[in-house]
Amino acid sequence: MTRLSTLLTLAAALLLGAIIVLPFVTTDGWVRQSWDYSPVISFCLVSLIFIFWYRHRLPAAIPGTLATVGGLILLSILPGIEAARAGFWAMLASVWVLAWLFAERLSADLRAKAAPSPVLGALIPIAFGAVILLVWEAGTRGGNVSPVLLPPPSGIGTAILDNTSRLWADFQQTFLRAVLIGYAIGCGSAFIVAILVDRSPFLRRGLLPLGNFVSALPIVGIAPILVMWFGFDWHSKAAVVVAMTFFPMLVNTLAGLEATSAIERDLMRTYAASPWQSLLKLRLPAAAPFIFNALKINSTLALIGAIVAEFFGSPVVGMGFRMSSEIGKLNLPLVWAEIAVAALAGSLFYFVIALVERAVTFWHPSVRRGRA
Amino acid sequence: MAHGKTRGSGSLGPILIVLGALLVLWYVAALGMNWDRQAGLYQRTGVPMPPVTQVVGDLLNMDKPMLPAPHQVATEVWKTTVEQAVTSRRSLVYHGWATLSATLLGFVIGTALGIGLAVLIVHNDAADRSMLPWIIASQTVPILAIAPMLIVVLNAIGIEGLLPKALISAYLSFFPVVVGMVKGFRSPEPILLDLMRTYSAARAQVFAKLRWPMAMPYLFASMKVGIAASLVGAIVGELPAGGAGLGARLLAGSYYGQTVQIWAALVVAAVMSGTLVMLVGLGERWVTARMGARPA
Repeated sequence: MTRLSTLLTLAAALLLGAIIVLPFVTTDGWVRQSWDYSPVISFCLVSLIFIFWYRHRLPAAIPGTLATVGGLILLSILPGIEAARAGFWAMLASVWVLAWLFAERLSADLRAKAAPSPVLGALIPIAFGAVILLVWEAGTRGGNVSPVLLPPPSGIGTAILDNTSRLWADFQQTFLRAVLIGYAIGCGSAFIVAILVDRSPFLRRGLLPLGNFVSALPIVGIAPILVMWFGFDWHSKAAVVVAMTFFPMLVNTLAGLEATSAIERDLMRTYAASPWQSLLKLRLPAAAPFIFNALKINSTLALIGAIVAEFFGSPVVGMGFRMSSEIGKLNLPLVWAEIAVAALAGSLFYFVIALVERAVTFWHPSVRRGRA
Repeated sequence: MAHGKTRGSGSLGPILIVLGALLVLWYVAALGMNWDRQAGLYQRTGVPMPPVTQVVGDLLNMDKPMLPAPHQVATEVWKTTVEQAVTSRRSLVYHGWATLSATLLGFVIGTALGIGLAVLIVHNDAADRSMLPWIIASQTVPILAIAPMLIVVLNAIGIEGLLPKALISAYLSFFPVVVGMVKGFRSPEPILLDLMRTYSAARAQVFAKLRWPMAMPYLFASMKVGIAASLVGAIVGELPAGGAGLGARLLAGSYYGQTVQIWAALVVAAVMSGTLVMLVGLGERWVTARMGARPA
């Protein structure tokens, strides 16, 4: 057991003791103690027993189970309370520490190869995400944080369920039209331009530094101009997406086409391969990791471009429009619902491209190692 | 150094020619795109079609063109930077400074946060496994798109001025630094780490004498990406504020159809971004020279 795990175990024990003695919550104007809630007090006692029983040999499963149970107990008592007191916060902290301890122990096991890796390895980030959500939910509701400042995750979930048709319309307008079409045009045209430019060393030397420079510019700033040129509907948003995705794709494809070594190109020459043959069979496959890198960067940029462009004018539908109009009405849960949809769409988009990348560049060291 | 120079002069010609071609294209596009508006203007004022030379002159000097000609943008930049008092609200120096200060503050916060997280991730297995996937996922969230919202919310609870914008910048710039520095701190090969073990070096010593110096190239590469992202964050963060800043200038220009003003703000933003990235590059050269790297 590492020193950090020992410290965490000690902290967990102290916090569990604190829950028992400190005032727990306020309900109906009364301060309640932890022993007024039987699940809470039993959680504390059981956890303490486990910790003292195992001390230095605590297996990962125990803090993991305890943290899960503690989190569920916290969520179950949330609806009935008026305000959280010190004991409540101590319990939240103890759940956090137990989850951390779980991650420490599990990663130590994984490092020692005592546990099968892929499934259990995924548990750690999942636990981290779950703890963040729990702290968010319990913190905002227990601390009576105004939903204008930060709505709890459950409030955002309700807002999503209540507004599915509206969210779907916004998603169609912004993602299915502006983002996907703009992304396809931007990446596609940049790819073609890169292939053409590659034939001329002169253009390549002129364009590559410029493309690098332009990639660092705040291109999203041309959104107001493009909205002026192409009107309020999705065409202008797609145009912004095209402008934002073009240069990263161009620069990366050009860099990728340079990635083959002289010896490989010489081999193609000994085969008497034509320039197109060597492009198709050698240089494009070698460029694939670079191209996919650009495609992944662009998946996020595209969503950003489309949403920001909607702030400069849009029809009365669209994710960016909805965010800016609902914030004016201080209807924050719906704004966050829109953000959640955007985040989900962005992550899925990225994930799909990453999957395609694994399939196409199966030969690349980074992919091969990932499969171990 | 010599090698770098020859390569630089080798691509200077092509760059200049490509730039020149773009400038010509810009003028041609300005003629084409402004034609409709100018023709409408002639019709409304009842002026008979003037000779071609004057039409061209008119097209390139419109008050509110669809696409302003390069010289119009240049004049506007000159007028709003050099000829205006720096404190005036019409001065781009004033707006540029508002953006720049937020960018720099955010960049410093983001870089410090990024390095801190990378140190944690490199030294703690659990942090590596639990946080890195989420840090990567955090960048698929179009946070930039919600930046204006966050600004409004933060303003509502009394956090105003520089800090909210800087926080957006920090969020955007921390990511390249974390990813780059994790890679950098892990770049020492096992044989080097073993050597440190034979010296019975403590973790902190391994970090200060081996990991940190070896991560320098990664740090500067990430900082170049980070500072550009930081500027974008500051500009987008200024969109709703309506106060000072290049972003506010863009929005005002788009409301009143002042295209020349929008382009001038964009040019200043571009110059600023290029300068900042160049400064980081200079810093990199200085540091690597001080560390005794062989000049490339």
